[in-house]
Amino acid sequence: MREKSWREIPIGGMIEDAGNADTYETGSWRTYRPIWDAEKCIHCLACWIACPDSAIQLKDGKMVGIDYSHCKGCGICAFECPDKIAALEMKLETEVND
Amino acid sequence: MPAPKQLAEREDLMSGGHRACAGCLPMTAMRQMLLTAGKDTVVGCATGCVEVVTTIYPYTAWKTPFIHNAFENSAATISGAEAAYVSLKKQGKIDKKINFVAMGGDGGTYDIGIQALSGAMERGHNMLYICYDNQAYMNTGIQRSGGTPKGTATSTTPAGKVIPGKTQFPKPLTEIMIAHDIPYVAQATPGYPKDFSDKVEKALAIDGPAFINVLTPCTRGWRYPPEQSMEYARLAVNTCFWPLFEVEYGVIKINRKPKNILPVSKWFEGQGRFRHLFKEENKGIIDEIQAEVDRKWTLLLKREEMTQA
Amino acid sequence: MARRLTLSGNDAAAEAMRQIDPDVVTCFPITPQTELMHKFAEFVADGEVKAEMVLVESEHSAMSAAVGAASAGARVMTATAANGLALMWEIVYIAASNRLPIVMPVVNRALSGPINIHCDHSDTMGCRDTGWIQLYSENAQEVYDNVLQAIRIAENPDVLLPVMVTFDGFIISHTVEVLDALEDKDARGWIGDYKSTYSLLNTDEPATFGPLDLQDYYFEHKRQQIEGMNNATAVIKSVGEAYGKLSGRAYGMTENYKTDDADYVVIALGSTCGTAKVVVDEMRAEGKRVGLLKLRSFRPFPHAEIVAGLASAKAVAVLDRSVSFGAPGGPVHKEILAALNGTGHTTSIVNYLYGLGGRDISTTHIRTVFEELETVAGKSIPADEVRFIGLRG
Repeated sequence: MREKSWREIPIGGMIEDAGNADTYETGSWRTYRPIWDAEKCIHCLACWIACPDSAIQLKDGKMVGIDYSHCKGCGICAFECPDKIAALEMKLETEVND
Repeated sequence: MPAPKQLAEREDLMSGGHRACAGCLPMTAMRQMLLTAGKDTVVGCATGCVEVVTTIYPYTAWKTPFIHNAFENSAATISGAEAAYVSLKKQGKIDKKINFVAMGGDGGTYDIGIQALSGAMERGHNMLYICYDNQAYMNTGIQRSGGTPKGTATSTTPAGKVIPGKTQFPKPLTEIMIAHDIPYVAQATPGYPKDFSDKVEKALAIDGPAFINVLTPCTRGWRYPPEQSMEYARLAVNTCFWPLFEVEYGVIKINRKPKNILPVSKWFEGQGRFRHLFKEENKGIIDEIQAEVDRKWTLLLKREEMTQA
Repeated sequence: MARRLTLSGNDAAAEAMRQIDPDVVTCFPITPQTELMHKFAEFVADGEVKAEMVLVESEHSAMSAAVGAASAGARVMTATAANGLALMWEIVYIAASNRLPIVMPVVNRALSGPINIHCDHSDTMGCRDTGWIQLYSENAQEVYDNVLQAIRIAENPDVLLPVMVTFDGFIISHTVEVLDALEDKDARGWIGDYKSTYSLLNTDEPATFGPLDLQDYYFEHKRQQIEGMNNATAVIKSVGEAYGKLSGRAYGMTENYKTDDADYVVIALGSTCGTAKVVVDEMRAEGKRVGLLKLRSFRPFPHAEIVAGLASAKAVAVLDRSVSFGAPGGPVHKEILAALNGTGHTTSIVNYLYGLGGRDISTTHIRTVFEELETVAGKSIPADEVRFIGLRG
């Protein structure tokens, strides 16, 4: 984001664009990456409700993927995924082929 | 009742791209609260981790109106916003229903903000105060607060050669809020999302002030691996260190009675801040904490029975 | 049509507040501000105003709730004094930084300690750099007029800064005077409706208020605040003129009282100006060319009016009612020197410290000051020379 002059920004420190942190990427913070197996997923949403980074993507109430631009790789999603299901696995970023 | 499946149909009102640490459970609590409260909610937050990580100018992660004022005055700030709403509504200038939620961490609530909180609750504003309790001043670097458990190693109560961490038991904030005789007081944790969401919903539906103390594990401050944040929240409940209960107009209801109550040491294990307590010379501290947890749990059961009758 | 009323300074402020009828008034009691809020509470209790009164548990929460209410788009007022102002100081600064047009009467009282309830200016001078506009009042009439004008100044889109209307504790707050007030309809017309640019209650266009502002933008926001304060000078003047047309009492940044040809000028603010005017009139009758330069606006500081007001002065006395410990002179004195710096002025300027903790200042004292000025004219006065009025040796 270009840094603006004092004449170009709202006064008083107001931020008018609600949720614009969405444009700030935190994906590069990751050491481990959650890998989602759509086949195994039962869409219980245990990962989604626990994710601190709003990075579990849903469509019509079902999981459809992971927002890697914001996922910080904490691993909560994989930990919360029921053991019997194990639809999420953490892998070192360096070992993942993009 | 909002279980994850129902919440999933609602709009996620916290964006990604905030700067919380990986595995930050306070941020999970924020998401759960917002999913429950919905977009017509004015949120205020005391200075602290949540405020800092969500509003680094020119970015905001909030998709609802949000205000940060200072450290000790989140309750006073939101009480002012609520008073404005009451005034403008009276004048016919606004008619929609708006929720008012003030928040602070344990530092901003147990300690520096307790006066403003007490005042706002006493005045009877129609607002919900949520304390996201991560049991120390995490934003400034893990200093002890009035909410820090006994025995905890923090930056200002390190586990030293002579003094083994914090020497005092935490201030019973939830009980202090119960003593305010407000319509609704509860303890919750995002580790039990449905329970927390139910409580937020109930608190916002009630006309008058409500308070929820929400235990939110902090991977950095508690020193456990980040993926285990939800697990440490659940362990606090299942050791009865952090009972899930609510008090509605004076009537106590325990929302979760663990079938198999775990010893508090099960919650301490794996947390770096309690590691020193497992040394032979400090074992007495764990026993002392266990006795206090047992005493309070027994009392809570009795109080439930008494008030339900 | 004016209404002639007999009111104390506190009641005059409350009367203006009744006519303004803010959406929200927050308050915590402190002497000598209490009667102001008692009076307003009566208006609320009798249904004469629609204001929502939030009776908080501290001044810190009074200003915090005011910030919350103003952020929610309400027109908001509060009032305080001394230690109350000191307690809310943190949020006083935030209110200005967030550009919230809150108006706050401040009844000047000495700061503790030792604790004292009487007038000096240590409270408001202590927060002269918080970003608030400060208007000082000479008497109950000015209290009333300044409160009404403060709303228009604060809410001006070129300004959007909070305003303190100050008046001397007990001397003005508790003294009953005769004053002229506007008819309610004229006052309402003068005040008009307020529509804030942003509101927390606008959930359809949610905004974030009070974010964490770091090295990359904090400076820009401060620059905007400087601009707002700079703009305030013209707005205070135009509002003062317009108010003059409405009420017959026009106001400027200063009141230059008989300074046009004056050899000797006293500079003061607050109730002391009334006392000084009596002395000026007496000495003028004796053929002495003396005058008073009354500072009405201390923030923004009236540089141009001071330079003009001192054009003919051979010697000037600056009367400070608060101490700036360790500094060369009191806060008013320092700023007068700064205003004259670079103007080629050769006036001898003497700083007098007076009235701390409510110590009385009389016409005799001020006459003595003028007489001393006659002896120092043409002499170079060290900037750190301070003379005391009414202090036992």
